Amino acid sequence: MTDYSADSILVLLDVTPSGALAKSAAGLLGAAAGVGTPVAVIVAAPGEGEQAATDAAALGASHVLVAEHAAAGSGLTVPGADALAAAAELVRPDAILVSNSIEGREIAARFAARSRSGLAVDAVGVSRDAEGVVAHHSVYGGAYNVDSAVTWGAPVITVREGSIDARAEAQPVSVERLDVAASGRKAAVIGAFEEEVVASSRPELRGAAKVVSGGRGLGSEDKFALVDQLADVLGAAVGASRAAVDAGYIPQSHQVGQTGVSVSPQLYIALGISGAIQHRAGMQTAKTIVAINKDADAPIFEIADFGIVGDLFTVVPQLIAALEARKA
Amino acid sequence: MKIVVLVKEVPDTYGDRKLDLQTGLADRAASETVLDEIGERALEVALSYADSHPDTEVVVLSMSPGSAAATVRKGLAMGAAGAVQVADEALLGADLGLTAEVLAAALQRIGFDLVIAGNQSTDGSGGVLPAMIAELLDVPNATSLNSVEIDGAELRGERATDHGTMQVSASLPAVISITEALPDARFPNFKGIMAAKKKPFETLTLADLGVDAESTEASRSIVISLGEKPPRSAGTKIVDEGDAGERLAEYLVQNRLA
Repeated sequence: MTDYSADSILVLLDVTPSGALAKSAAGLLGAAAGVGTPVAVIVAAPGEGEQAATDAAALGASHVLVAEHAAAGSGLTVPGADALAAAAELVRPDAILVSNSIEGREIAARFAARSRSGLAVDAVGVSRDAEGVVAHHSVYGGAYNVDSAVTWGAPVITVREGSIDARAEAQPVSVERLDVAASGRKAAVIGAFEEEVVASSRPELRGAAKVVSGGRGLGSEDKFALVDQLADVLGAAVGASRAAVDAGYIPQSHQVGQTGVSVSPQLYIALGISGAIQHRAGMQTAKTIVAINKDADAPIFEIADFGIVGDLFTVVPQLIAALEARKA
Repeated sequence: MKIVVLVKEVPDTYGDRKLDLQTGLADRAASETVLDEIGERALEVALSYADSHPDTEVVVLSMSPGSAAATVRKGLAMGAAGAVQVADEALLGADLGLTAEVLAAALQRIGFDLVIAGNQSTDGSGGVLPAMIAELLDVPNATSLNSVEIDGAELRGERATDHGTMQVSASLPAVISITEALPDARFPNFKGIMAAKKKPFETLTLADLGVDAESTEASRSIVISLGEKPPRSAGTKIVDEGDAGERLAEYLVQNRLA
């Protein structure tokens, strides 16, 4: 039986289907270390927890609770919520941090509803004041900053992926097996899984430092390749406006905007995107915005740090050539 | 089969959306309000099932201010047989936990075999209510579905996850949520709009549902501070005179972005 620090922050770490820690782990543990002592909880299939626990310690977990059970992969959401409930009972943390991934936030949802905890979603940061842990949110596409707290007890906070830059110091590995009493809650059953095929070495859109996005101005699926080319020269991820997705130029997983992915990269280049509020809501927190559009009145220019009124089919190839010439 | 579809009134994402800096609440007067598109898609899933299974009853359920009644009514015009709106002053600024309790209580009162919601609203974009409601009602959550197949007492679908897609199944009753991969919703036609006027529209209060918004048994999430970010301003804008690509390359290199 371990003694847990009075300022423990319980962190549920997502595990990928292949058993590795999800990328969100580093940011979650970094955020937790800023407000207390991070205690990680990992739900894994038998035999798969050990490596993930070692990796979690390297990312700053002072202690790792591993719930290994065969059912981990067969029931949807409920096994995760049961493990989180057992861990919270054991650790009595000051706050519970969970990734705002689809899996993570649904586990947080079930746990919060069950324990009647206050739930704050999609935080971009956490801090501590005299009364406890506070969640910071960026809402309406980054137009407002909102801080939230809970009326009592430990808040359950889901943290936006890629939003936390802080990293925690590596800790010595300290692993404990977590016994989980199944709640018996009815769950959906997970069947066949198909991993998303990552066809290129391009960075993932979510959390990318640079993003090149294309809109309807690209004109066709074939011509959309120009977006890919520029992205590859810059080492950027590829995004798209909803118009480009609706027109079938690129799959929906690349959609940036209110109904797609929200990004805040260092550099965002919008090609042939008019900049409807719909789209701007997903990218206007980028550090630097560049826009190329033939319509001088396109609203994207209102927020662009560098705007070019021109034909992207002549400007972009020239840009690519110029960037390549500098590299050579 | 009784299908309840959760719908929500949201500020139109094609206009500017405002928060009231005094109350921290959405400023409903500042923008056009619409029925959230993902909720319309959820309704479409229910209506297309009802089209081929005439013994299906589709009800739309919304927790919203009284002023949202007209928006909720659009669900009736699209083809739902009835609408239930939970409207109560005490729900102003309700957090996710209270919202889930209210909707779960309303669902228990209405009765359901299947609850369909959108995966994420365009305003709060929390994406947690379907799972919270499923927990409170002790039914499975089959959420974030790209496809839905209803077969008697069973439901199957393809779930979009963070790392790929998985097949999930659940026995009814269940709560599901759907993604934008499902078809666009139908438009209400004239006949539907006229028929909607005669359809049942029930308005419930917290007292009707036996929910106490002030109860301290549950911890609530509250806004403790709020600020508006200064709007971005435009920077340099040039018209291409044949060298814009070169100049942009220069700009990116100077700013260490290339």
